[in-house]
Amino acid sequence: MWKYTFKRLIQGVITVWFIATATFFVMHNVPGDPLADAKAVSPEIRANLEAKYGLDKPVHEQYLIYLANFLRGDFGISFAQQNRYVNDIIYEHFPVSATLGILAIVFAGLGGVLWGALTALYRNRLPDVIIMFLVILGISVPSFVVAALGQLGIVNANNFFGTSLLPAVGWGTIAHMLVPSMVLGLGTMAYLTRLMRSSMLEIVNSDFVRTAKSKGLPPSRIFTNHQLRNAILPVITVLGPSIAAITTGGFVVESVFAIPGLGRYFVQAVQQSDYTVIMGTTVFYGAFLVFMVIVVDLLYAWVDPRVRLE
Amino acid sequence: MSEATLTPEDFRPAPATHAAQTLSRPSLSYWQDAWIRLKANRRALISLYIVMGLAAFTLLGPLVWDVDPAAQDVDQISKPPGADRSATVVEPYSAWDPSLQNGDGHGLRLAAPATNQTVRLVWDPDPHAAGYLIYRNIFPIGPENAFGLPLGETFSPNHTYFEDLLDLAPRRYYYTVVSLDAFGDRIGHETLEAEVKRVITADDAVVRGLADSPDALSVGDKVTLGLHPLGTDNLGRDMLARLMHGARVSLFIGICAPVIFMLFGVIYGSAAGFLAGNADQLLMRFADFVVALPFLLFMILFKILFDVGAGESGILPMLLAMVLLSWPGTARLVRGQILQIREEGYIGASRLLGAKTNYLILRHMIPNTLGVILVTLTFAVPSAIFTEAFLSFIGMGVVPPTPSWGSMCNEGIKTMLTTPHELIFPALFISITVLAFNLLGDGLRDALDARMRSMD
Repeated sequence: MWKYTFKRLIQGVITVWFIATATFFVMHNVPGDPLADAKAVSPEIRANLEAKYGLDKPVHEQYLIYLANFLRGDFGISFAQQNRYVNDIIYEHFPVSATLGILAIVFAGLGGVLWGALTALYRNRLPDVIIMFLVILGISVPSFVVAALGQLGIVNANNFFGTSLLPAVGWGTIAHMLVPSMVLGLGTMAYLTRLMRSSMLEIVNSDFVRTAKSKGLPPSRIFTNHQLRNAILPVITVLGPSIAAITTGGFVVESVFAIPGLGRYFVQAVQQSDYTVIMGTTVFYGAFLVFMVIVVDLLYAWVDPRVRLE
Repeated sequence: MSEATLTPEDFRPAPATHAAQTLSRPSLSYWQDAWIRLKANRRALISLYIVMGLAAFTLLGPLVWDVDPAAQDVDQISKPPGADRSATVVEPYSAWDPSLQNGDGHGLRLAAPATNQTVRLVWDPDPHAAGYLIYRNIFPIGPENAFGLPLGETFSPNHTYFEDLLDLAPRRYYYTVVSLDAFGDRIGHETLEAEVKRVITADDAVVRGLADSPDALSVGDKVTLGLHPLGTDNLGRDMLARLMHGARVSLFIGICAPVIFMLFGVIYGSAAGFLAGNADQLLMRFADFVVALPFLLFMILFKILFDVGAGESGILPMLLAMVLLSWPGTARLVRGQILQIREEGYIGASRLLGAKTNYLILRHMIPNTLGVILVTLTFAVPSAIFTEAFLSFIGMGVVPPTPSWGSMCNEGIKTMLTTPHELIFPALFISITVLAFNLLGDGLRDALDARMRSMD
């Protein structure tokens, strides 16, 4: 177990290093000077910046400096937003994205397991048909449309009740988080529902469920202790990729709902060609995702003892 | 135990009859069998028809509906489908002499019927006023006195007329005249509701192609403006034509990218699966790294490499970035399949009969993985369409004026509250396409792959 964890962590570090290297060389091969975009940079600041990031040095030295800066956790200064360190941007805005993402994952996970189990239980009957129709709909509508419709829904509800039930934009209180996290988790929830349904249908026909029935256990107990527990396993496997899907989907939701999350700054940086922010957030997101996938894999081994970690 | 009386007759070999040697049902190949299964699945079949309909919409649509997607109809801007398209023919614009109109005691009023050519306002002089401010709003001003857009200001108490020459869209407007005293303070206001009618001059009607010659039209005639079955966008462009041309971009990316990256993934994965051992480990480790690469970063790189500026459409960079970063999933899938198949008995039998490696790959391995590949391809199409829409939505992919469903959504979302049809139609097309491919993928999976068959 510990050996496996160690091995996975080493692999993760190599992956992050690979991302950082690829990012560096991609950015380095982009024609033009990364500082040329910033019109407001004076010659003195420019000289200082060049010295600090070693832009006057040969590529391999620059690369080492870049890696050393990354290791020290220094992602540099934003070109588009003056006097802002990329570290500060990440430090300030990542917690917002993470909160939104965690809420969305919780929503998607709970909803997916619940709806999936329900559809399997009511297989081919009305609840199954309705939920599966909604699931197909949830998979087929693009996230920005769902976000826009969610916002429209808030506005209409507020107008209908004549009071401000939920804020349509912004961030701060639980009320701000509710609809955006539901919108963000919707696609994943639909996917997890499908997965949970097929996994549950497989479990229903398995030997141990028949044994449990023949022992005379109450159906509710069979449902919770035998069926649900075992059917959840594949859902946990895809949780890692789901986290990736939710972080990328976060860009759109944060833009539409005007939430000051990291995703919004990333999209902004992409639109403004703010290279240091792009590089910093890319490597940061990459490291975060690699770490989450490792955590999910370890979690899986812990939940399902049949999985042996080698 | 029951007694059986056996005679030597029972042990005589049965004569070979013709009936026992013939097949009672026609022999079906794998694909014929799959096609029969697919035909039995109603949802999948409907989805297949929808996909074919979309292909026809994209390829044949512009032939039937031959409207330039970039052409602007300035008379109809942001019009939903089914909007009133009639216009009354009027005289060409002539200057207004407001002194003829002045007769006091009627308050703020229209000097002539309000049209999109001109709205002429006159009002009574206010004895305390030193001048007037004129505002226009599209909503009632309400208790907050939201007057709307300031249009103009007059500087004499007797200058009590104003002409709004802005080319207005036909709808209801609220005009407000605010009286100002000598210090510029507001001392009173009056509001008028005006229903602006659409008019057109005979010459303009000819220019727009609505009539053959100006003589054919007389003042008061009704003409019908150009037809836009799905309405127009915020620049007066035909939505249907834009959706058809946008489908070319969206479906091109949505189908080309998966086909190319899956082709690469199949080759890479079968190589890894066949070589096995250390080479396999090395190849798959590399694939793992590629998965971790940031997509948007490469998108930017390719945009710059292809010399695509900030405001230009990057269809090729988008395709390349999707192809180069999406193949590892397919490679892993195909590798797993190949590893499984190479242990099968029939491969060993084929090898014993002297089959070469190339023959084994081409004749046995790839055909046996083709079903899984086809299913994955069908599911890859919706995600590629989503990626295109997402990139165009954040302004990285297709940008105006090139239409794509994603960029149309991006434009439509800005006016979602006032003209929802600009968002609804492209979003509907994306959703229907993705839905059709998803259901078709489900059906194909059930038809092609017995192991992955879903339990419906």
